[in-house]
Amino acid sequence: MRLLLASVLIPFSLLICGAAAELRGPAQVTAGNPVSLASTGTGSGKGTFYLTGPGQASKRTVTLGDEIQVHGDEVEHAGRYTAVVCDGRKCAATHFFVRAAEPAKVSLLVHPSRVRVAQPNAISAVAFVFDKFRNLVLSPAQVDFKASPKQGPAVSQTRPTQNGVTWIRLTSATKEGPAKIGASLGKASELRVVQQVASEACNLRIKPEWNAGKFFVETEPVRDCNGNAVSDGTVVSFTKVDASGKTTVDAPIKRGVARVEMPIKGSAKILVASGVVTGNELSVEGRQ
Amino acid sequence: MKYFVPLLITAATVVLIAIAWVNSGGMERERMRSSRTPEEAVRLLLTQAQARNWDRARALLANSSDVEKSALIADLAGSNGSLLTFANLENFDLWPLHKTDREASMRVKLHYSTAVGPLEDVRDLKVLHEGEAWRVVWPTTTATKVAPQVIPVNYLRWDIINRGAEDDWGVQNVDSPQVRILSMNALQRLDRIVIVGEVVNEDTVPAYVNVGATLLRPDGSTFAQESSFDKVSHTLLPKQVSPYRIDFPEARMNQVKSVRMDVKSLLVAASADPVIEVSDQRLQTDALGKKVLLGQLLNQSGQVVNIPHVVAAYYDDSGKVIWVSDGYVDQALLPQIPVPFAVDLPDDVAPKVHNYHVSVNYFNVNRS
Repeated sequence: MRLLLASVLIPFSLLICGAAAELRGPAQVTAGNPVSLASTGTGSGKGTFYLTGPGQASKRTVTLGDEIQVHGDEVEHAGRYTAVVCDGRKCAATHFFVRAAEPAKVSLLVHPSRVRVAQPNAISAVAFVFDKFRNLVLSPAQVDFKASPKQGPAVSQTRPTQNGVTWIRLTSATKEGPAKIGASLGKASELRVVQQVASEACNLRIKPEWNAGKFFVETEPVRDCNGNAVSDGTVVSFTKVDASGKTTVDAPIKRGVARVEMPIKGSAKILVASGVVTGNELSVEGRQ
Repeated sequence: MKYFVPLLITAATVVLIAIAWVNSGGMERERMRSSRTPEEAVRLLLTQAQARNWDRARALLANSSDVEKSALIADLAGSNGSLLTFANLENFDLWPLHKTDREASMRVKLHYSTAVGPLEDVRDLKVLHEGEAWRVVWPTTTATKVAPQVIPVNYLRWDIINRGAEDDWGVQNVDSPQVRILSMNALQRLDRIVIVGEVVNEDTVPAYVNVGATLLRPDGSTFAQESSFDKVSHTLLPKQVSPYRIDFPEARMNQVKSVRMDVKSLLVAASADPVIEVSDQRLQTDALGKKVLLGQLLNQSGQVVNIPHVVAAYYDDSGKVIWVSDGYVDQALLPQIPVPFAVDLPDDVAPKVHNYHVSVNYFNVNRS
């Protein structure tokens, strides 16, 4: 309602502003700081003061001729403000800009949350610098990025912001595990975690095993080409072809290996695959 | 005269009741009480099953002392939360296969309406002539039961904690899984365009996958848009591959210039359990002369799988996916007990099939 009132009254007031009426103030102020506006030539006695800005509209009675005090909590949002004072017959207006205060908070966007190992420039970290009123700080500031892998030394980089934003790109490590990526500016800091996961299985191999008269097929520990253990739960497809037909089992890796029981009749051929990766082929003979 | 109107109303009521009785099959039920032919015996039995009058149905069997009521119900109306427990026997077709004075064989095709669409079941029944009437011999299948035991299951389960509503906008959320379409093949069938292929979950977390396709006209505008609906295994564990099929009824290739594929994935909580073995897979011709892929499903875990769903991809000799067919299995998968399945494939595709891959999807009453 206040916004509606202001949006109707202020343009109307500006239309009827007399040339003699004048309201003066600074061209630019810092968010959250009080402002003093001087009203001259608008007569004396009581008047009405209007202030509109981003997310802000207020109205109060002021004494004409005195300094008009705009409180700090009225100018917390950065942007263009309009102040109007009216004495009942004439109005005077002025505009001023509120800029962001000192950097007080960093928002950090890190993507992706999971990444395969050894992927060049696969991780992006973007930092946005805000003041304590959540205004984007457009003036340049130095943001310190720090990436700490699970193993190995941390890597740091300092980047200046441009229009409140700065970013870096990182290559994922060759070893799996969580990598902590942080951004700090003064006392403000944010931390994110990127899970670096094993890549496709490499040298997928299976071996036969007879146990208590039952036939089992088991993979050797499934690892990627960098030696990282492929995540538990990853599906390994076993296919057996024998006299009874074809049998397939999609078994998840458990504690590094996938294992299935497969009854066989006569000679059988067993194949293994995980996703688009295929492994070795086994030829086995059934036992009586 | 004063009795004319009440008498007229009474007569009309009686006539209407009689018409309703005849229309509801009362005449046929009454006629079939005698079961004077093998066909009538099967009809009578199935009519009682339709009405879920199990005591009466069991009493009609030639081997009623050998068939438990619960077994008959499980055979015709399902058990353990299987698909048939969510189904109704709509109607049936009968064919005589063989007949002598003493016995006959009848082939019956049962048409169920289920929660996932129509389901057909073909059975061959033996009918015996006993006294004046014919009676059906219901196949006595001794239900295999697993001995009471503890089956340790320690497969992974993935749970998700998403970003909260009150968190700052910059707070990191968990990304959707990376999934990829491995292959796509557009086929012109008699009355439709069919797109078949395979999709893989390349990530280390489970994905709920849906594959969509858009047919584009020569001017680039959209001709039709469809999704794989249930012709895909929606929940894919890491590195799991699923076939998919998308049908565009009434579409012709000459109306289309290109196809735009779209695969959507969501991160979902899932379990690596149960593991379902698909054994004894083979291509055969069934009793009705149709080409089918047969096999058995074996639930290796300790929990019941209520509604199994089989999706099969068929490859030609160059490894290209040339068809995808699917089918719901009407029995629940009890632990360690094999259950047969069959999915059909078109006669013109069967000779080109060089290899095939079956994946099993499932729906559980308590969780999916």
